[in-house]
Amino acid sequence: MGRQDIEPIVELSHVYLDYHNGRSQGTTIVEDVNFTIQRGEKFVIIGPSGCGKTTLIKAIGGFLQPRQGQIVVNGAPIKSPGPDRAFVFQDFEQLFAWRTVLDNIVYALQVTKQLARRAAIDKAQFYLKLVDVAEAAEKYPHMLSGGMKQRAALARALALEPDILLMDEPFGALDAITRNQLQLELNDIWQSTGVTIVLVTHSIQEAVFLGHHVMVMSSSPAQILEIVDTSQAQDLASPAFVDISAHLQSLLIRRGRNQETAQESAAQLSAVE
Amino acid sequence: MRISLAAEKKAWTLPEWLRYVLIGASFIAAWQLYVSFGGVSQLLVASPASTLQALFTDTTNGQLPGAILVSLQNLAIGMLIGISIGLLLASFSTFSRFGRYLLTALTAVFSPLPGIAILPLTILWFGLSSSAIIFVVVFGAIWPISASTDTGFRTIGTTTRMVALNLGLSRWQTVRDVFLPAALPHILSGLRLAWAFGWRTVVGAEIVFGVAGSNGGLGWYINNARYFLNPPAIFAGLVVISLLGVLLDTFFQFIEQKTVVKWGMKQAQ
Repeated sequence: MGRQDIEPIVELSHVYLDYHNGRSQGTTIVEDVNFTIQRGEKFVIIGPSGCGKTTLIKAIGGFLQPRQGQIVVNGAPIKSPGPDRAFVFQDFEQLFAWRTVLDNIVYALQVTKQLARRAAIDKAQFYLKLVDVAEAAEKYPHMLSGGMKQRAALARALALEPDILLMDEPFGALDAITRNQLQLELNDIWQSTGVTIVLVTHSIQEAVFLGHHVMVMSSSPAQILEIVDTSQAQDLASPAFVDISAHLQSLLIRRGRNQETAQESAAQLSAVE
Repeated sequence: MRISLAAEKKAWTLPEWLRYVLIGASFIAAWQLYVSFGGVSQLLVASPASTLQALFTDTTNGQLPGAILVSLQNLAIGMLIGISIGLLLASFSTFSRFGRYLLTALTAVFSPLPGIAILPLTILWFGLSSSAIIFVVVFGAIWPISASTDTGFRTIGTTTRMVALNLGLSRWQTVRDVFLPAALPHILSGLRLAWAFGWRTVVGAEIVFGVAGSNGGLGWYINNARYFLNPPAIFAGLVVISLLGVLLDTFFQFIEQKTVVKWGMKQAQ
């Protein structure tokens, strides 16, 4: 994979995250989590549904603060969300419905980078081409398919030229074919931009295929079970891919907190293959 | 896209506009027949022909255009102020807990009051001037607009809010560039409600002003016509008030077509 310079970009130390619901005390969702993400890598977080992986990536995005512990990005603890950590959501409604696809990106560039309109349009068109939605530039989001919406959202995030691309199950609501297509393209995009990618998924295939490292989490409160190096296992047909997938599968199922969770994960896994 | 449950194959039917024209024409014909052969006094019911005559006369002598202008001006100024205050109240209510309680309390107490009911008070405050009418329109517009805008702001999705945060927008940018457009379907229905209240209020208030008004609007115009026992002019005034109402509603529908319907935020009607 050829990462020459190993330099941490995200560091979490002893992070505890709570879920707050109104005035209640809050339940611990993520418990004592420590890990480091290197600049330029593709780091995947995987775990059973509802285990807190979305909460974790939101915390890296700055949308919520840890109860305890520290999240350091680029050497400084994060205090708020910002365009240096561009987020791609699972939700198809993440584009502004009242702007065309192109205008969504132009607006994002104008407010984050204070670009002149002409320069913003040029840059937006470049990234729309990169993710292959240039033909939808003048359309409003509601006219696009789910896959096209996610491409456009990816283009907007990339156009911000962020340090980190945070993706919370971005392909989770897509059909299998579109999903595989976008996984391939995300790899190409990473090749050409070298952006650090943090991706949350519940698909083992997606995790092993896309990730350099796959962090496996237990069910709630989430703890790290293992961080698996998957950088040598990106060819779907290779023995390494099969071995690592099997390993992840056994981690996810064995460590389920109760039988029900285990069965649910098993069902999910067989659905994925 | 509209989903129709009707059968696929349809026989040829009259175009929609033609149906309305036919209904209108038969209504006018029945009205004319009633006046011509019903033996009703011309002082109680004017015929369509004499109404048209009055419309023509008072349009050419400038009376009706003047009255229309006054009424629309009162409505427009009142609506503009009402919209501004309504939007401010809704924003305040969205961003502060005190604001929310304030808006809830004010809406609960004031929105059941018919605008026209506070006219005696505003006449005391402002005298027999258009300010008294405008104040009533403002009062009537604030509550539907702030309530619907508030609902619109509250129902904005988590993802949309998170995108705004992710872009690092300032509070002002968030309201102007994200909250207002995202809440526009609600805001527009509040506006339609508000102007409908406002239009009725303007005409009602102008009638109360009666002959004392020096530069009256449409309400004053029809009341004046009663004073001079001129039923054709009363009917002409009513026709104009109704037509302007239809026109304004069409205008709001047009705005909806050009915005929220085009953006897929609201189904076409």
